[in-house]
Amino acid sequence: MAEFFAFLLSYETLRVIWWLFIGILLIGFAITDGFDLGVGTLLPFLGRNDEERRVIINVVGPTWEGNQVWFILGGGAVFAAWPPVYATAFSGFFIALILTLFAMILRPVGFDYRSKLPDPRWRNFWDWGLFVGGAVPALVFGVAFGNLLRGVPFHFDADLRAYYTGGFFGLLNPFGLLAGVVSLSMLVMHGAVYLQLRTEGEIQQRARQMVALAVKVFVGAFALAGLWLLIGVDGYRLDSFAGVAAPSNPLAKTVVRDGGAWLAQYGQHPWMLLAPLAGFGGAALVWLFSQRQQPGRGFIASSLVLAGVILTAGFSLFPFIMPSSSDPNSSLMVWDATSSHLTLKWMFGVTVVFLPIVLAYTTWVFSKLRGTVTVAQVRAADKVMY
Amino acid sequence: MPLTLGLSFLLAIMESVYVMTGKTVYKDMVRFWGKLFGINFALGVATGITMEFQFGTNWAYYSHYVGDIFGTPLAIEGLMAFFLESTFIGLFFFGWDRLSKVQHLVVTWLVALGSNLSALWILIANGWMQNPVGTVFNPETMRMEMTSFSELLFNPVAQVKFVHTVSAGYVTGAVFVLAISAWYLLKGRDLSFARRSFAIAAAFGLASTLSVITLGDESGYELGDVQKVKLAAIEAMWETEPAPAAFTVFGFPNDETMTTEREFQIPYLLGLIATRSVDTPVLGLKELMAQNETRIRRGMDTYAALEQWRAGVRDDATRAKLLETRNDLGYALLLKKYTPRVVDASEAQIKQAARDTIPRVAPLFWGFRLMVAFGMWMLLLFALSFYYCARRQAGRKRWLLWAAVFSLPLPWLSSELGWFVAEYGRQPWTVSGMLPTHLSASTLSVGQVTFSMSGFVLLYSALLIVELFLMIKYARLGPSSLGTGRYHFENGSSLAPAAPHTAATLL
Repeated sequence: MAEFFAFLLSYETLRVIWWLFIGILLIGFAITDGFDLGVGTLLPFLGRNDEERRVIINVVGPTWEGNQVWFILGGGAVFAAWPPVYATAFSGFFIALILTLFAMILRPVGFDYRSKLPDPRWRNFWDWGLFVGGAVPALVFGVAFGNLLRGVPFHFDADLRAYYTGGFFGLLNPFGLLAGVVSLSMLVMHGAVYLQLRTEGEIQQRARQMVALAVKVFVGAFALAGLWLLIGVDGYRLDSFAGVAAPSNPLAKTVVRDGGAWLAQYGQHPWMLLAPLAGFGGAALVWLFSQRQQPGRGFIASSLVLAGVILTAGFSLFPFIMPSSSDPNSSLMVWDATSSHLTLKWMFGVTVVFLPIVLAYTTWVFSKLRGTVTVAQVRAADKVMY
Repeated sequence: MPLTLGLSFLLAIMESVYVMTGKTVYKDMVRFWGKLFGINFALGVATGITMEFQFGTNWAYYSHYVGDIFGTPLAIEGLMAFFLESTFIGLFFFGWDRLSKVQHLVVTWLVALGSNLSALWILIANGWMQNPVGTVFNPETMRMEMTSFSELLFNPVAQVKFVHTVSAGYVTGAVFVLAISAWYLLKGRDLSFARRSFAIAAAFGLASTLSVITLGDESGYELGDVQKVKLAAIEAMWETEPAPAAFTVFGFPNDETMTTEREFQIPYLLGLIATRSVDTPVLGLKELMAQNETRIRRGMDTYAALEQWRAGVRDDATRAKLLETRNDLGYALLLKKYTPRVVDASEAQIKQAARDTIPRVAPLFWGFRLMVAFGMWMLLLFALSFYYCARRQAGRKRWLLWAAVFSLPLPWLSSELGWFVAEYGRQPWTVSGMLPTHLSASTLSVGQVTFSMSGFVLLYSALLIVELFLMIKYARLGPSSLGTGRYHFENGSSLAPAAPHTAATLL
């Protein structure tokens, strides 16, 4: 037992555990806030009049705030567990992140303020605000991951101050944009299947058609991205480093660019292929369940897709988190971009205690708010609902 | 944000009264004040999203340098507090028909608990910037690393800051409810609703204001080196006086001559407040500046040792030098503003860097006094309101009601002044004695910063205008906005639910 804890709490194990935790947070974010972003993106298209739009807004209205905390916590956890990544990625992707924040700021006010005034122009404005608040983040997250896979131009000086040398438009390269399409289409799919679950009648039918469309776009984009990764994107390979338990100094290693590096993982560890398989197989199940009018199962399959896609990106990059294209030796990876051993230990303890509590009460809240939202309900509770 | 803290607690109190007495008017109070709470909360969430990422975007070197310890309370805040508050807020608004009375009451209390826990962790983070404990410089990783989680958690500065700031939030909530209820009483509408709200706010506000003032920040001033500078600057104390020092009530601090003109002092008072003794001296700014100069010189030696270390000289002497004086490293970093190499600083540059450790005195001196004056005014307001409520005369004292209405902006003003004193008083540091502000920022272009700044200013200003517009609209509408048919603007349709927008069009 003592040996097990010594192994569990060793620096190298905690570093892997924290890689996993950040992955879990990202997946938690994609599954919960992901459908809010998808629903926001679909709002102006699936809701054809004010009441229908209110139905769609109220499907996610009572729970979106809690869901968004996955995103906030993702930021906080990266700060606590991977400070150099937090510092380098967020200052490097500056304009992209600021635009995403601008878009996300529209959401809380969009939900809460939209139906507080009757003017149709006011309401229409906020509907499009919620569209921007859904679509822009959904796109940008994919673009960011696409660029991580390509490598990002940054380096450190001797004080470990990060310098990002690419511009904003450098992020909008074809592969980055394709990854953006992957994330946007999968979140739209996820949002549409959730709407199918929580609405009735015409809106539900429109949502069902949207699921079918989004599945097709997603499968195409995900397959194309995999192919591109195979032939067109250089990976990075760790050449020498200070060790898995060495102090976190990203300058103490050498890294080489290597054409097949990203996919080499799957040859060495074939079980990792389960991740992309979950992406493709899950998408097929989403389509099947949605067509058969079983959106509850469809939602579970859709969650599987999100987990599969995020893990695919994570597995491909491992042990890298953020490779540098301009100075590969400055790349940030699991073994040299973490917090100190003590900090990882404390954060591990806190997470093990509180994450299950969070999951428990989130489940309770969702169970209390289950059931469909209808036009009749919105009419009856005009002053109470969003 | 301060409003959310206080109002969430008031809502929980009102709902507790509802569950205990079963009177519908208390439920309506929770729902109406909850509506205003929601309008404010939306903007709080909007600004909160940015905060969690802003350290990375704009303060990248800060994030690298102290993220090992500073990131921890922020992450725990998300996990322990923000999740709690945000998950249950939806049930608070939409769960009335889906939960039993007691279940809903628990939900409301959990929202209040979440927002208070959130403040706790944020202030642990901020308290650490004021008094950085439990951390040490690691030359291997070029950053500060955590040595003790419990020191971070039980940082005395964080503790007093938490109590002070949270109480200030309660005061904000109380003034908000008091002022708007007073306005209904002046207009003579929804009297039973307004009277009850006024009474709860008066009692809660009186307790909170007393807590803000008595548990105030003062005890924190003794701790930490930079806090001493802050205290001396707030009190415009240039020279160390024989204990116990006199308290300057009024005067005009002059940063050039380092004197205070036309000062009016009360003998002994400062020494008693700041040290709680008659024989401990309070250090003056000139002496603190001299101490800091010594630390800058020591820090230059540390920096020289660090340079050797990085060049690969890792013998015992270098290591010993580095470990022994690493707490002065931050003072050497002040010189980076004048010479990037630090070790070649001239005598004049060292003097200038020491001068930099003293913030401008007049803004702190006046900011603090104004905040205290506002606090005293609010204490008086709550004391009188509570007194007249107890005698059941509050509704007839129109001068008191008008005073309550006009006091509405004061808690926000005093909170901002308080933050100004705390943050500006810490300059030139982001982390006291450890990391100067000018080194903390990201390597961004002027264009990027201008773009983001103007974007945020535009967006937040627009949203603030919208928020105020909705807030005023719904505050004027009062509990009639609930559509229950029981209130002022709904006369005549007392039993049937109001048709959509009737109430709105009546305004």
